[in-house]
Amino acid sequence: MSFLPYVVAAWICLVGIAGMATSRNLIHLAVCLTVTQSSSYVLLLSVGYVKHGKAPIFVGTKVGSTAADPVVQALTLTDVVVSVAVIALILALALDAHRLSGSVDPDGIADISG
Amino acid sequence: MTWIPPLLVAIPLLSAAATAGLDHITPRPIQDALVIGAATATTALAFVLLWHAESHEVVEWFGGWRPHHGVALGIDFAVGPLAAGMCAVIGLVVTLALLYSLTFLREAARLFDALMLVALGAMCGFAMSGDLFNLFVWLELMGVAAFALTGFQVERLGPVQGAVNFAITNSLGGYLFAIGIALIYARTGALNLAQIGTSLSHGPAGGLVIVAMTLLLCGFLIKGAVVPFHLWAADAYAVAPAPVCAVLGGVMTDIGLIGVARLYWSVFAVPFGHGHGVGDVLLWLGIATAVLAGTMAFLQRHLKRMLAYSVVCHIGIMLAGIGLLDSAGLAGAELMFLAHALLTAGLFFVAGILHVDHALIDELHLRGRGRGSWVLAAAWFAGTVGLVGTPYVGIYLGHGLIDEGARPWVLAPLWLGSALAGAALLRAGARIFLGWGDAEEELLGRAIEEDPVERDVLRPLLVGVALVAVVLGVAISIVPGLGQRAEYAAERFRDTSGYAAAVLHGRAVTPPASLPVSIRHTSLESILFATGTTIFALGLALAGLYRSRLPRGISRAASRTLAPPIRVLHALHSGVVGDYVTWVAVGTAVTGGIWALLLHG
Repeated sequence: MSFLPYVVAAWICLVGIAGMATSRNLIHLAVCLTVTQSSSYVLLLSVGYVKHGKAPIFVGTKVGSTAADPVVQALTLTDVVVSVAVIALILALALDAHRLSGSVDPDGIADISG
Repeated sequence: MTWIPPLLVAIPLLSAAATAGLDHITPRPIQDALVIGAATATTALAFVLLWHAESHEVVEWFGGWRPHHGVALGIDFAVGPLAAGMCAVIGLVVTLALLYSLTFLREAARLFDALMLVALGAMCGFAMSGDLFNLFVWLELMGVAAFALTGFQVERLGPVQGAVNFAITNSLGGYLFAIGIALIYARTGALNLAQIGTSLSHGPAGGLVIVAMTLLLCGFLIKGAVVPFHLWAADAYAVAPAPVCAVLGGVMTDIGLIGVARLYWSVFAVPFGHGHGVGDVLLWLGIATAVLAGTMAFLQRHLKRMLAYSVVCHIGIMLAGIGLLDSAGLAGAELMFLAHALLTAGLFFVAGILHVDHALIDELHLRGRGRGSWVLAAAWFAGTVGLVGTPYVGIYLGHGLIDEGARPWVLAPLWLGSALAGAALLRAGARIFLGWGDAEEELLGRAIEEDPVERDVLRPLLVGVALVAVVLGVAISIVPGLGQRAEYAAERFRDTSGYAAAVLHGRAVTPPASLPVSIRHTSLESILFATGTTIFALGLALAGLYRSRLPRGISRAASRTLAPPIRVLHALHSGVVGDYVTWVAVGTAVTGGIWALLLHG
């Protein structure tokens, strides 16, 4: 078993969070959020990967042949769909922020505090 | 009765699609009837489901994919009395909010109603789900609906800021949760909660399970606005329209805690040997949340922001109840959820009416303007007293049950939080409706921009809805038999093996021996604590009103010692999303680190 995919997933997740924490641009921030989420794709796919396994399409294959786990692929797809909705909304809000304040800096739109 | 759970999701979601899709074709009254009808039907079905769930676990496998020899193949809804009760309250609060917004947000497109129904369906699905990945999907679905509802009035910068902060922090929480799911799936090969619990119960839980649990529970704690993940809540609630605040603050924030409890008892209780390592951390987080958010509530002048911190404060008390890991604590959290949802919704409704009347939502600006609005004043003060937890009013019964399993050093800070939040609301009520107190108070910080004014509202409808919410919330503690039923529901919820047997093997649960129909009594200690809290809250409210009239020495000493920490608190709640992300990362890491130390080896 290789640890590399897990290290990569952890790295992507942390880089994304660091980017979000230091971001000065809402669109950049939204992309960083997607980066963080991408770590879960890498993790899911590496969890379901089977060495020498085929794609999980079972029409015309012998019973007992090895294939990658189809569940993680379904999860990844759902994950992608969910994130599209979230990102679309955040980008729409970024547009509104720019329209109202002329800036997409999260510090610049921090109107309310305390 | 297994046909009911899917309907609780299908009715709101399909009606939402119909409302949005038919927006330009059907006249307004038909649309309104459809929306209110869908919400009412969902609520009514949830009550029917509650009735049935009391005697057996209602388990529905989608598409008939039932478990095979105790191995889950499909995806299920598994509903006990606690989950069904949650659905009923969620339905009730959303119905009230929709009635309130019939005339309140007239200019807003009907997409508003559609979003509210989506949120309703997602919350019901979340409460009933027996599948880890579906929990994530419901979490994100209600999240997306809530982000859009928060940023509904995008003509000003405040809602944009609130919605961005809300969306980023909660999505980050959701993605941490997704990583946790991947880790759990890697270990167990299962996504069904009962199946995961059974699978993890065989061996000792290692570091992987601790990391996965940290990510999963922190994902829910972010949704639940628990310290240090609470920072988004006040930003979002201060800017959302009043009926949205009622739904977000009344039910949607609290639902994160249901997720924590569901995950703990169906999955993590057995691997960690029912030890107190997990619970103690939740308990401490709860205590910190109650005290910090109570203090922050007292330092607000914007009514909706004050209510937001009051919500967070009570969430802390509920989390502490869950963290005690006993039936009384969980039952207490459940009863507090009931009362708190209705009372919070009622108070947000009253704040909305005040804004309609005076175009103001700032406590100091509203000073004395509420004189003569006796009905509103009565609703506000009744709701406030209910939230303080005066003996046998509002949240008292829930808080009293939490007290039963708690040690005195836990009780004191929890009641202190309740007193602080209550004092803030009492102070605001006295200032607005009685005209008491000083006109200026520099410790409360600067004023926040006001919301746009709603015109042409049907005021009696708004007042009526607010009164219904407050009256129901106040009466929760004296409903005969409710306390005993909550305890039974909590016992069922905590029964890990019973839950797994019902879900995976279709085994029946032991129905309750006939439960008494009498008011559940609490310990003398609770009555004393609650009375003391009420008096303390009154005193604190008066001190907040008349700080300038305190003897000069005391007043000056108070400002000198209090001003610096208050400045620090205000500065910590900076409104900048990058800071919130940092707090999420640090909070998750520290929580996980503590669990690793307590649970490993």
